[in-house]
Amino acid sequence: MGKIIEVKNVSVKYITGDLRNIGLKEFVMKKLTHQYRVEEFLAVNDVSFSLENGDMLGIIGTNGAGKSTLLKVITQIMRPSTGSVKVHGKISALLELASGFDGDLNLKENAYLRGAMLGYTREFMNERYPEILKFSELEEFEQRPFKQLSSGMKSRIAFSIASMVDPEILILDEVLSVGDGAFREKSEAKMKEIIRNGKATILVSHSLDQIRRMCNKVLWLDHGRQIAFGETARICDDYAAFLKTKELPKIQ
Amino acid sequence: MLERIKQKVKQNRFLFEELVKRDFTKKYKRTVLGMLWSILGPLMTLGVMALVFTQFFGRNMEHYVIYMFCGNLLFSYFKESTNGGMTALQANAKIFSKINVPKYMFVLSKNVSSLINFGINLCVLFVFCLFDGVTFTWKFLLLIYPVCCLVAFNLGMGLILSALYIMFKDLKYLYDIFTLLLMYVSAIFYSIDAYPLEKQYLFYLNPVYVYIRYFRKIILEGEIPQWTFHLLAAGYALAALVLGAVIYKKKNYKFLYYI
Repeated sequence: MGKIIEVKNVSVKYITGDLRNIGLKEFVMKKLTHQYRVEEFLAVNDVSFSLENGDMLGIIGTNGAGKSTLLKVITQIMRPSTGSVKVHGKISALLELASGFDGDLNLKENAYLRGAMLGYTREFMNERYPEILKFSELEEFEQRPFKQLSSGMKSRIAFSIASMVDPEILILDEVLSVGDGAFREKSEAKMKEIIRNGKATILVSHSLDQIRRMCNKVLWLDHGRQIAFGETARICDDYAAFLKTKELPKIQ
Repeated sequence: MLERIKQKVKQNRFLFEELVKRDFTKKYKRTVLGMLWSILGPLMTLGVMALVFTQFFGRNMEHYVIYMFCGNLLFSYFKESTNGGMTALQANAKIFSKINVPKYMFVLSKNVSSLINFGINLCVLFVFCLFDGVTFTWKFLLLIYPVCCLVAFNLGMGLILSALYIMFKDLKYLYDIFTLLLMYVSAIFYSIDAYPLEKQYLFYLNPVYVYIRYFRKIILEGEIPQWTFHLLAAGYALAALVLGAVIYKKKNYKFLYYI
């Protein structure tokens, strides 16, 4: 079995502070009065793990643990400051599902635009689009401007695009918490199908239940550091205990 | 290897086409009137300027309307294209912070719609030339040279500005003032002949004026500019484009922190 994802000693330096939302005037003033503050911190601190064919990884941790940042490194939106990430396969990521669509375009145009951004070709989208539409169950809304759709519908089409285009690696960030009950079941079934087809999946979720049910491996992050990686049941138990006591287990 | 490059080109072309389609849909709101408006706008500006400067200020240069049209045409294209380019990256922040896409594509696609506008207005200019009795020569074909230079220059400026705009959100206001200043030093409605020769050369520090001058030389004077002039035109374009590309290459993964 070949390794699908190899993350080795990855650290990501994140910059925050006054550099966001600042105007030139403000910048000059703050520089002059020596009040310009920029903070650097390690959002992800020395994380290593690897996934093999067919693995489904759950990433757990409290808010600000570095889960989303780690996903951004894996999807190559960000670069690690140190360490390396190797990915063998086509990634399809669902990070904050419904965002990035354009309210003025209709569903079909948005689907094609999203497909283009995910790196597919027009022929491929032409071929897959009917399936995507069917899976999302939004046929009657095809010509509707996107801003008229509900957020649940938006995430349904987003999920459909990302999963129907044969991803080899599917990355999901809190996506299953949207959509109604029936669609949630369907999307879980679809994800299981993707996993069965021998491709890796990464799921970030605050629902321990869901992780226990679906994942065979778990990565636990806390303030950017890797607390544990491995077997689901044991780590989930430890995590549940941590949530009650707020005490981290000793790192081996 | 070759197969992979081909695949990459295909993917990027698809993305490019879809982005252009999106920008068009948003700009014209799917109406014919929306498109017509983008031609009428510059024409009306021209009409006002012609009225003011011929009637009130009594300019009576030969082919004055064409003279002004050349200036206005190129300057409007520069202004529209760089303004669009400047906000292109920020407007798509939600996308590039979630999906790994080639970011320069946003600036590139924005440039296309202003280029098409420019193309339509260029045709209108030729119609005006026809009515105003300007002699068409084979030299008109050379106009493709300054147009290409200006496209590259605008693209480069768009890249530079969009990167700066992500960092400084008030850049838009400053840039508005800058373009106003640039308009006045682009000799759109006046002639620089009134200045002494050494002062006239100062106008060549303004890239937009260089392209305007090229247009007028061909259309109104029927002369091909010197080779040094060609060099200058290409130099400005290349400088902007290279600087923009370097910034994007260097900052590609840093834009994320600013949004």
